[in-house]
Formats: sequence, structure tokens, C-alpha cells
Amino acid sequence: MAMSRTNDNKVKVEAAEIGSAVSVQNISKNYGDVEALRDMSLEFPRGQLTSLLGPSGCGKTTLLKIIAGLLEPTSGHVEVNGKNVSGPGPDRAFVFQDFALLPWATVLKNVAFGLEMRGVATSEREAIAEKYIKSVGLAGFENSHPHELSGGMRQRVGLARALSVDADVLLMDEPFSAVDEQTRRKFQEDLLSLVQDENKTFIFVTHSIEEAVYVSDQIAILLPRPSRVSEIIRPSSFRNKGVNNIRRDSEYLDIVDNIWSSLRTYVE
Amino acid sequence: MIKRANILKVVSAVVLCSAWEIAGRIPVSYAFPTFIDSMGSFFEMIGNGMMFDAYKETLQPLVIGVLISAVLGIGLGLWIGLNNFFDWLFSPIFIVMQAAPLAALIPLLVLAYGIGLTSKVMVVCIMAMPVIVLNTSAAVRNTPESFKEMGKSFLASRASILLRIVIPAASPVIFAGLRLGVSAGFIGAILAELKITPTGVGDIISYSRSIADYPSMYAAIFSIILLAVLFLNVIEKLETVLFKGNQRGYVSD
Repeated sequence: MAMSRTNDNKVKVEAAEIGSAVSVQNISKNYGDVEALRDMSLEFPRGQLTSLLGPSGCGKTTLLKIIAGLLEPTSGHVEVNGKNVSGPGPDRAFVFQDFALLPWATVLKNVAFGLEMRGVATSEREAIAEKYIKSVGLAGFENSHPHELSGGMRQRVGLARALSVDADVLLMDEPFSAVDEQTRRKFQEDLLSLVQDENKTFIFVTHSIEEAVYVSDQIAILLPRPSRVSEIIRPSSFRNKGVNNIRRDSEYLDIVDNIWSSLRTYVE
Repeated sequence: MIKRANILKVVSAVVLCSAWEIAGRIPVSYAFPTFIDSMGSFFEMIGNGMMFDAYKETLQPLVIGVLISAVLGIGLGLWIGLNNFFDWLFSPIFIVMQAAPLAALIPLLVLAYGIGLTSKVMVVCIMAMPVIVLNTSAAVRNTPESFKEMGKSFLASRASILLRIVIPAASPVIFAGLRLGVSAGFIGAILAELKITPTGVGDIISYSRSIADYPSMYAAIFSIILLAVLFLNVIEKLETVLFKGNQRGYVSD
């Protein structure tokens, strides 16, 4: 299914014309007296990758979990494809910071977990899982257990699990923060081609400025206490110059510098 | 090839039995027989059927009590672990049960339930259940939050989250509690037979002590330890069969 959609990708147009896959409207979230999010509104263009970037404590993971339906907002609402979110749904899949793989299950069973919970028959879900295990580069590890894999490989399993349910929206909560620097760079490049090939909307939480600028079509800068969207940045010129040229592009460097100068006062 | 772990088991058993034999020959006490004498009585009692008759009695409260404790204990533990209200309601009971001086409470049980099977089952349960319940509830409460969030976000039902995530994640600690509970249950079964009415293995122990037939007394004690060890090994096997990946450690290790 995912394959047939790739053709549409070539006609990736400006955000305004694409429309939003996910729309966050006036979300507030309080934990007792603590205000985690206040009146936050944000649009996530379809088929693109939007990063939520900000210092720790700015509520970016909270926002992501509200979009996922794992947390209830105190007020406001989230729409995915025009439908109101009232809990987790088949239109969204989650990639966890700590991978959240079941240690007693094999890679194949872990990847097929989402399909199993959707009631897909065993042979069918294993075929789909095998396909995605191969596509994330883990062919041959189907019957390994998570503890036998490196951190990077574990997150590939987490990614394959999220891809296999073929959700429209992929929610990634600091997915590369627990893997080493080199693996992380490889992941970032792979993520760019994933955004190109799969017609999915990615929402990506990160605390790394470079990572956000490198992978994003749109960056939402969140500032804390109370949490709000301070700025939305849309890099324009370097996205199609190839993965090797991005890091020396002058716009890339400027954006990284600008973000740091606006964030530095909030980092103690 | 024989596995190293198995060799070590045999070696430690041999060391223990030799120490027993030496202590019996010194002797440390006139009431302490040698290993060989005890084994003589042990096989004699097996030969004349006395041991089997005794276990027919002893196994009743033991098996019933351990089964009740395991099923009810794990069930209650899951419930307590998943629900704060039931934690508040039931946890204190089991903490008190675990700390209570059981031998002193037995007269009360006899008063309430008589000297029959019921009282003995109760003693086994009071010994075995608290640790099973408390371990299970602690294990369930400590399920990693991200596992549960993962289940929810991939649309697992509440039942699936419990069966496919919470229970397997808790199983190592549940089984640790089960092992401790079952050993305590064995102690409870013998305690009941010594304190309530002398039947079965408890009868062999108290009768042979009263006629100073110490080898028989220690043979009976040895038999119950042997049975407990065998049973614990069965539980361990059960765990490896049911939850294969568990000895392999967690993802975040």
C-alpha cells in the first residue's frame, strides 16, 4: 500500500496548499497547579516532517503524547485528518525514546505486535512484519531477542513496528537520543529518505537543534513556563541538495545559529 | 556433556551430606544421627510403605493450600497491583499475615475451624500466600510505563495489555514470590501437623522423637526438604517454559 503512494510525493507543494494532517487547537494541560501547556495551537502539514524543538521542560513530549491520545488535554482538542482525537487510533503510530520493545518477544513478534492488536491473522502479519524488518535493514534478525541487538538496531525494530501498522501519522519521541552519534547520523539520513518515500506525516520531538534543522520541513520552537510556540521555521533552500550537502549549507548554519541564540536564555 | 551448573549442584549436595555424616559421627549431640543411619531409616520407611502413608496425609493440606495460595495469591496480587483502592484495602492484611507469629495463632484457628483439614490448609495458606500476593502486586506496579504506553498506542485492549505486557513483564518477580511462597507452604504443612494433630510426616517426626528414634525423625525431615527442592525445580522449569525470554534481561539493560 505504501508503495503505490510514492508517486504523489513528487508533487510535494508548499505547506499552505497541502493542508494539515494533524491540527492542534488551543491545547492546555495542567498537572495539578503546574501548567505544562497553555493554549497551544499548531498545524502539521501532510506528508512532511515537523519537529518540536525546545529546552527540557517545555512540554514537547507532553504535546506529542496528547496527539498520540496517551494523555488527555485539560482543554482544547486535536484533530487528525479532520477527526477529533479521543484516544490512541489506527491513524497514528508511536516510536519510543526507550524503544519499548518487549524483551521476552522476538524481533518478529515485536514488529508484528501492532498488527496483532489490530486483529491481523498470524501469517499475514508475519509477512508484513518481515517486509518492514527487511526495509529497516534487519533481515536475518527476525528471531533474535531485543537484548541481542545494539541500541541502534533496537530502535530500528521500534521503527519497523510503527511502520508496519501503516498509520498516516508517525509520532517520534526523541527516537535517536538513546543511540550513539554515528548511528544517529545514519538514522537522520534514513529518516529523510523515509519522509520522501512514504507519504506519511512525521512529528518528531528532539532536543538537538542540528538534528531538528537537518531532518525537518518545519520546526516549531517551544518555550517553557508556560509552554508556548514561540516561532515556526520552514527551511527552504537545502532540502533537495542531497544529504551530504545539508550540513555545510549556509541557510542550515544560519538557522542553527538563530535557534540557539533564541533558546540560550532558557537553558540554565 | 554434563552441564557445569549440574555438576555444581551434585558437588554441593555431596559436601552437605558429608558434613552431616561427620557431624553425626563426632557426635554434635546424641539426638543427631549420622547421614548414613538417617538414610537407612529413610529407605526402610519407603520399603515398608510408612513414608507413602505419611505423605498421603501430609500432601492433602499441602497441595490444597499451595494451589489456593498460588491461584488466589497471584489473582489478588494482580488486582492489588492494578488498583490503588484494593491496594489500600488488602495490602495491610497480607503484611500483617506475613509478620504474624503463626505458631501462636494456631490455637485460635483450631478454635474456629477445628482440628481437621480446614485448619491445616489455613496454616499452609497463611504461610504461603502473603509473599505471593506482595511480590505479585509489587511486580505489577513496577511494569515499565513505556511498555503500557506502547500497548495503548498500538491499540491493545485492557485485557491484552494485562495478558501480553503486564503479566509477562511481572513474571520473574511473580515466580520469585511463588518459589518463596511454596517453600513457606511446606514449612506450614509440617507446622500444622506438629501443632494441630500429629498426622503424616509430622506424626513420624513427633513420634520418633518421643521414642528417641532420631534416624527416623531426621529421615522424615530430609524427605520433606527433598520434596520441596524437587517441587521448586518444577516451578523453575515451568517458568522457563511459560516465559522463555525472561532470563534474557530487559531492553534497557
